[in-house]
Amino acid sequence: MAEPHLIGEAMTGGYGRGADILHGCTLSVDKGEIAVIVGPNGAGKSTAMKAVFGMLNLREGAVRIGGEDITHLSPQDRVAKGMAFVPQTSNIFPSMTVEENLEMGAFLRRDDIRPTIEQVYDLFPILRDKRRQAAGELSGGQRQQVAVGRALMTQPSVLMLDEPTAGVSPIVMDELFDRIIEVARAGITILMVEQNARQALEIADTGYVLVQGANAYTGTGAELMADDEVRRTFLGG
Amino acid sequence: MTARGFLLYAGMALLIVLTGMFQGWNLALTILNMGLISAIMSLGVNLQWGFAGLFNVGVMGFVALGGLAAVLVAQPPVTEGWNAGGLRLLGALALGAAILVGAVQVWKRKIGGSMRALVMLALLIGGFFLFRASLDPAVQAIEAINPSLSGYLGGLGLPIIVAWPVGGLLAAGAAWIIGKAALGLRSDYLAIATLGIAEIVIAVLKNEDWLSRGVKNVVGLPRPVPYEVDLQRDPGFVEAAAGYGLDPVTASTLWVKILYSGLFAVVLIVILFLAQRALASPWGRMMRAIRDNEVAASAMGKNVTARHLQVFILGSAVCGIAGAMMTTLDGQLTPGSYQPLRFTFLVWVMVIVGGSGNNYGAVLGGFLIWWLWVMVEPLGLWAMELITSGMSPDNWLRGHLTDSAAQMRLMTMGIILLAVLRFSPKGLMPER
Amino acid sequence: MTDILNAIVALSNFVLVPGAAYGAQLALGALGVTLIYGILRFSNFAHGDTMAFGTMATILVTWGLQSIGISFGFLPTALIALPIGIAITGLLLLGTDRAIYRFYRKQKAAPVVLVIVSIGVMFVMNGLVRFIIGVGDVNFADGARFVINAREFKEMTGLDEGLAIRTTTLITLVTAAIAVALLFWFLNKTRTGKSMRAFSDNEDLALLSGINPERVVAVTWLIVAALATTAGVLYGLDKSFKAFTYFQLLLPIFAAAIVGGLGNPLGAIAGGFVIAFSEVLITYAWKKVLVYAMPESLEPSGLVQLLSTDYKFAVSFAILIIVLLFKPTGLFKGQSV
Ligand SMILES: Nc1ncnc2c1ncn2[C@@H]1O[C@H](COP(=O)(O)OP(=O)(O)O)[C@@H](O)[C@H]1O
Ligand SMILES: [Mg+2]
Repeated sequence: MAEPHLIGEAMTGGYGRGADILHGCTLSVDKGEIAVIVGPNGAGKSTAMKAVFGMLNLREGAVRIGGEDITHLSPQDRVAKGMAFVPQTSNIFPSMTVEENLEMGAFLRRDDIRPTIEQVYDLFPILRDKRRQAAGELSGGQRQQVAVGRALMTQPSVLMLDEPTAGVSPIVMDELFDRIIEVARAGITILMVEQNARQALEIADTGYVLVQGANAYTGTGAELMADDEVRRTFLGG
Repeated sequence: MTARGFLLYAGMALLIVLTGMFQGWNLALTILNMGLISAIMSLGVNLQWGFAGLFNVGVMGFVALGGLAAVLVAQPPVTEGWNAGGLRLLGALALGAAILVGAVQVWKRKIGGSMRALVMLALLIGGFFLFRASLDPAVQAIEAINPSLSGYLGGLGLPIIVAWPVGGLLAAGAAWIIGKAALGLRSDYLAIATLGIAEIVIAVLKNEDWLSRGVKNVVGLPRPVPYEVDLQRDPGFVEAAAGYGLDPVTASTLWVKILYSGLFAVVLIVILFLAQRALASPWGRMMRAIRDNEVAASAMGKNVTARHLQVFILGSAVCGIAGAMMTTLDGQLTPGSYQPLRFTFLVWVMVIVGGSGNNYGAVLGGFLIWWLWVMVEPLGLWAMELITSGMSPDNWLRGHLTDSAAQMRLMTMGIILLAVLRFSPKGLMPER
Repeated sequence: MTDILNAIVALSNFVLVPGAAYGAQLALGALGVTLIYGILRFSNFAHGDTMAFGTMATILVTWGLQSIGISFGFLPTALIALPIGIAITGLLLLGTDRAIYRFYRKQKAAPVVLVIVSIGVMFVMNGLVRFIIGVGDVNFADGARFVINAREFKEMTGLDEGLAIRTTTLITLVTAAIAVALLFWFLNKTRTGKSMRAFSDNEDLALLSGINPERVVAVTWLIVAALATTAGVLYGLDKSFKAFTYFQLLLPIFAAAIVGGLGNPLGAIAGGFVIAFSEVLITYAWKKVLVYAMPESLEPSGLVQLLSTDYKFAVSFAILIIVLLFKPTGLFKGQSV
């Protein structure tokens, strides 16, 4: 099998000098595909995302993108390698306008960012209407759109999303999932954590179930949905 | 205390002895006495910061309240003043207090939002004018009586030692009010609030002539120890002095200072003992638990704000006691001499340098920093003379440098504070 | 009718004009405090002494210019010296950051540690200023004293009350307006300014976006140097320069920044004027105005001064406490770190 576009391989590590939270966890995703991580609260999903993005030091394991080892790069350098990350919490600049949020996302770019901003507005039309409004004043769903839009501003090849639908209404959630699929169709690789496991696995090419910092089940979205054990324990029947 | 602690204390004692040998025992005792008082202030701040992590930068205010207590307790009452308007003035103050209590009560009522605020505001504004209308005539009457010598109400005429605990109580009262308002808010808000209250206390002392003569100062406070002139007239004392080979004037000056040292040392030891007991008690352990993790402590059901209020009041009271002692030692209350750099921030340097969280460290810091504060000036002058010795005597720079040597103090204190924070953040005697 | 006009003129002369000038000075000071809080996340106790240092540097340059015969016509020479004063202060602040604050930033020290560190810096700066220029009053305003003086105004209008507008008052208002406009243009329109706001809003996300924190911090110190020096020079021109007075300005400046909402520049400006006008209104002797404004029978006998001017700190303090009790994040939404 060819090397996947992004892989975090056998990652072991934790925060600072604290105990390990990840225990040999492996996550990978092929180009233009969607990988979804599900699992109980406190399983280490967010921690695994941060590890892939270089926000904590791994004791063991490696992270590679397009075959290149980036284990020792800082998050900023990973942005330069084409990665973008939408954290689970505080993922916008609340007192800045929507448009300024997008500009800050493109801070490292020196070329014309106007077309990218237009692409984001085309993807999330509501943001175009609200572009002069402070992002902190928007509704939960709109804020998540700003967060995703900000991450897209670097024109990444990999987009990492940590619970993008947390705290939004079901209708908005469907809408967001549609947009995420649209982004993936444009050739952007997506690695995301989701609470709404059932819906997320439906759109996933690959699914990972994480328990206590380790891979419990791995398979295509459909396989996991079909697995009785997974259904009973994680999808509520 | 650890071996390191004993060594440090021995070194400190040596510094004072050397000062006595080279610069005279009078200076050494002067430093020792203010060192004892500084050590008590430092203990007070250490209670708040070291035990509980409370950031009080209003030490000056509590110290000044202690000084006020010395006047109110020890000065003889001014009968003419009392006759002129004493009771009216007390009445006005009671009215003012009643208005404030009333406003707070209105605020606590559960009536509809804007109505409540309006009633409270009306009460406060109307009350303010009523208060001023009843206070002003009384104040005028009192201040009109012999203003160049008195013009105030005087005190209770009690022994001045009584003022020490009273100073603590006054400071505790002020701490209660400020703590009620600002504790539970963020740490730097408490800092600004205490900075403000200290300025207000000084403004009151400077302005309210009926209370303590304002900037006209109260001088000649009674003493807890004999006067030098009386000693010099006492044949027994003169004889004893001669036995040590001292002339009566020198001997009486030294003896008075030694008596003060004795009194202050007793107070310091008592407070240090109590502070040590408190530190080791369950109360002290809980305090430090709260300091180290406020969130966890309040999650465990500890009432953090109430605990903070306790320790804030205690620490401020200790500062008030020290303030009363200092005014006693000076024999006068001079509101103009209270400067935050000297009375608030210098005490902070003492605590940080000594070792926050360690009572012995705080005491050591009090002595050491006070010693430095006094000694930096002559040392600075000496250094400046050395630097400028090559210049001609009428050189402008030479004159400027020697004149400015006095300002070296603040810079030195700042550099010491920064150096300790950087290279030994736990201070000379770490908490553990 | 003329009574009403007289009342308005007296009010402007003694309350509105001086209050506006003082408010502008406090606002500039509070902007510095609030920027440091927003970016470096601590309350800088050395700010009053930074203002004193900047003013001192400007005074020294002013003296230098005067000694070689340069002046600025009817404007004070200090205005020419101001940019140089700002540059010197900027170097001092950058040096302080390098030598002192950066160490704690790398350690991710708690804000209160930085506050204590700033107290050490305060001591050193205070000592430095006293060492260089002494503790006395320094009056360095030259040029014309008045734009309009009271006598001219009375002759012009025929009113009993005069309105004196001092040159320094006008300069304060104009300079402060320019400084604030520049600051807001910088923060809202430039890439670097926006990156500062982003950093202040959400430090982690700013890092993820590739914003260089050290650069943001350095730019902040430079802006703070400009604001603090300008505030200090304007205050010194208006009144006089004295090291200790500048230290005492810390209280109303902090009050202004907190009342407006720490970390919020717009709030700092509003807070500056709220504090300044409250101080002036409450410590002003209203008799003069009321004599004109009230019918004869109701005219006041006393001075009608609510509080003696020495209690002006009490006013800032009372407003501060009221705001903290009822709206802890300030009038404009500030940060609550
Ligand atoms: N910043 C942090 N520092 C230390 N421990 C953390 C931190 N963030 C999360 N943890 C711990 O790591 C574990 C996994 O948390 P997280 O990755 O957020 O779980 P999930 O996202 O799956 O709900 C939890 O035990 C949590 O307490
Ligand atoms: Mg999570």
